[in-house]
Amino acid sequence: MSLDHSFVGRSYPPTAPYQVGREKIREFATAIGATDPAHHDPEAARKLGHSDVVAPPTFPVVLTMAASRQLIEDPALGIDYSRVVHGDQRFAYTRPVVAGDELVCVNTVEDITSRGGHEFLTTRTDVSTTAGEPVVAVWSKLVVRGEA
Amino acid sequence: MELPTQTFRVTRADLVHYAGASGDFNPIHWSDRFATKVGLPGVIAHGMFTMALVGRAVTAWAGAPDAVVDYNVRFTRPVAVPDDDAGTEIVVTAVVREVTEDGLTRLDITATCLGEKVLSQARATVRAAG
Repeated sequence: MSLDHSFVGRSYPPTAPYQVGREKIREFATAIGATDPAHHDPEAARKLGHSDVVAPPTFPVVLTMAASRQLIEDPALGIDYSRVVHGDQRFAYTRPVVAGDELVCVNTVEDITSRGGHEFLTTRTDVSTTAGEPVVAVWSKLVVRGEA
Repeated sequence: MELPTQTFRVTRADLVHYAGASGDFNPIHWSDRFATKVGLPGVIAHGMFTMALVGRAVTAWAGAPDAVVDYNVRFTRPVAVPDDDAGTEIVVTAVVREVTEDGLTRLDITATCLGEKVLSQARATVRAAG
């Protein structure tokens, strides 16, 4: 099964809002060993000018991975997830994610290419607040390995 | 300018912890039985866990937990994590490629495990601290 190339440029409807919890940021920071007080202590984060604890740079994957189910479970796009390998990942920040943010994700299929029997799917997820303030743009390139 | 090397130890327990915190429960990151069935040498680290550890190196170099404005990597080689207490080790180095007029620093990052590069085209842009 191969990907439907006509999906390039297509965006999916915004996901349901994700409430960024202080404890979730602490949990994620602890799991990656990030001990900076700004990830754990609201007062330390406020000293840096943030309203609450600051998420580590890769934290948005918690939301965007959940949001990517929209694409993975879209039979029309045709991703065989059992053959997927994570190729590239990028985060481009307008500002850091902080506890209390209510974030929505809009997934867009940016590119689909085929090379050497494999297919490459590049998605962009625009993460913004429910008020429409852009926070971070997240790109993932997935490699769908060809049948051996 | 070369930045000081940072090393991160990765054990199976870390992968289980990261799976829970991130919501990525793909069994290739906790089941040798599953990982070997799909052609891997054994359990491998989440690519996003490696990226998170390298992100720690970047924020440590920058001197601020909120300094990262752009961060991208390509995953080129899996990080195999043996089922023992020692686990494995990821070694992260970087050079400053550019300091822009508006106070941004661009880093070219190298991450290796057992002497082999596990990322390519790994770059970060950070704001100056303060």
